[in-house]
Amino acid sequence: MTPNDIPRSGTTPSRLYARDLRLGYGSHSVVHDLDVVIPDGRITGIVGANACGKSTLLRGLARLLKPTAGTVILDGTDIHRRPTGEVARTLGLLPQQPVVPSGVTVTDLVGRGRYPHQSGFRRWSSEDDAIVAEALDLTGTIDLADRLVDELSGGQRQRVWIAMALAQHTDLLLLDEPTTYLDLAHQIDVLDLLAELNNSRGTTIVMVLHELNLAARYADHLIAMQHGRIRAEGTPDEVITEDIIRDVFGLASRVVLDPVSATPMVLPLSTRRKEAHERLDSRR
Amino acid sequence: MSTVTPTLDPPIVAVRSARRRVARRTTYALSGLTVVWVAVFLVRITQGDFLISLPDAVRIFLGAEIPGASYILMESKLPRAVLGTGVGVALGLAGAIFQTTLHNELASPDIVGVTLGASAAAVFGIVVLGQSGPVISALAVAGALGVALTVRALADGHNGYRLVLLGIGISAVMSAVIQYLFTRVDEFNATKVLQWLGGSLSNVDWRAIGLFFALAVPVVGAIAWRSKVLRVAELGDDLRAGLGAGPGSVDALIALAVILAGLATAVAGPVAFVAFLAGPISRALTGGRTRLVAAALVGAVIVVLGDHIGAYLLGDINLPVGIITGAIGAPALIWLIATGRTARGSR
Repeated sequence: MTPNDIPRSGTTPSRLYARDLRLGYGSHSVVHDLDVVIPDGRITGIVGANACGKSTLLRGLARLLKPTAGTVILDGTDIHRRPTGEVARTLGLLPQQPVVPSGVTVTDLVGRGRYPHQSGFRRWSSEDDAIVAEALDLTGTIDLADRLVDELSGGQRQRVWIAMALAQHTDLLLLDEPTTYLDLAHQIDVLDLLAELNNSRGTTIVMVLHELNLAARYADHLIAMQHGRIRAEGTPDEVITEDIIRDVFGLASRVVLDPVSATPMVLPLSTRRKEAHERLDSRR
Repeated sequence: MSTVTPTLDPPIVAVRSARRRVARRTTYALSGLTVVWVAVFLVRITQGDFLISLPDAVRIFLGAEIPGASYILMESKLPRAVLGTGVGVALGLAGAIFQTTLHNELASPDIVGVTLGASAAAVFGIVVLGQSGPVISALAVAGALGVALTVRALADGHNGYRLVLLGIGISAVMSAVIQYLFTRVDEFNATKVLQWLGGSLSNVDWRAIGLFFALAVPVVGAIAWRSKVLRVAELGDDLRAGLGAGPGSVDALIALAVILAGLATAVAGPVAFVAFLAGPISRALTGGRTRLVAAALVGAVIVVLGDHIGAYLLGDINLPVGIITGAIGAPALIWLIATGRTARGSR
């Protein structure tokens, strides 16, 4: 994808974008007057140092946080002016640490993703059964259908939460650090699952990610944030550069080509191992 | 999803069987609780120091006049069993709604001061304003809402220990208000003070019971209609909002719970620890799941049984139900705090 594919604000807005967005808690502003456009049908990764405002931006886009200035637009309307049930049928959200209620089975939890599709009169239907079954099947958790969620391992639990988000059947899915607390194998597992979802259903995915090299591999579009502003956005090739990494993380690094995925890969330089780096430099 | 094939996908079969197993467990728990409630109810109206046989009770209900038995059954035993059931259901529902929406076992209306707030307002109405009947109900509901709003404003979004400690502080203030109000009047008597500090079913008549049910039944109906939101409220504020349930839908449910607790208090006083105990006991029976109907039945069983034990445990001494529930609830509270089982759910 070239940068021209991505709709910029002012030209063709996509389904989800924000204008002059300012977000904060009380009088403390965390995200400052930024414009952001989420490309439709793509995977967008939001990266940045701790406390740079990336989770806050995600919460703002998911209408969990009301902007102190500016607007978030979903399908042409201010997201805060639309009925929250209607938004929930379009945009799903997986927070970083959702609460697992006690005594709830996997099937029951995933079934709660159907909540926005059920009204006072329309209760559980066989279509809901089919959608929950499909979500469990896609996430490889169908064998856990009967198990209690609070007895599952971290990796299984994360798959179950994603299954719940799938059952919500939304065109957009926002995830806050979906791979945190997972070992490397389970991180890949979850990201593959999301890539598959994006590929098969065309679901627009936005996720906050900590691991830069995985972000570069799985995201089509990256947003690098620094001090509550966007430092750079574009394809991984455009965003993952030594200059931008130095600005965003305050970290000296080498960026090389990932031999597995042909995407940029960050190799951090350590100040403590300076001599070793210099030795390497002199050998080149 | 329209399919004509009679054989279903294996995943759909797995989902259906998983759902059915949960439903079966809930049905067992609810049936068992219903049987226990009926048994306790029958014990309450037939046993004690004046025994009434079941056939006699049935005969009296059908209009027969049995000297002595008729009066005791219709004016003492039956009204207390009926009101005990109603008050237990109200407090059980209110407690389970509080604990589930606030994600905290300790945040029940009796611990965070809501029922004592209702009680203080009711006592003010009786002692200072000389009121009775519906005015007392209205005052109790206002007192309950007043304390709930105050604690909430002071807790400022912190639903953990801050909310609970604030509630306990306000409870102490409300107890002091109740005791002070009673010292101001001539008819100061210990039984009345006990009723308004801990709850009792002993001074009740059919008029008061009729008023309570007339006001409480619509509130319970509204809760039944709105309770669906608990399924997503349990998942935390972020997912609740993400799944399309705004904060207002939860606030409305909490407000209904506060009103229900206020109505129960207006008629029986702040029966101690019923709201607090009903949730955890019902969850132990439903395999950990929150089911409002189960909490309501547990509340009814606790109050009717507690009233029976209080009336007949110590010979001639008629202990108010609140003393009995308090004696059960206090150790349970200490156990919950000591074992750290206060935070609901896991992350």
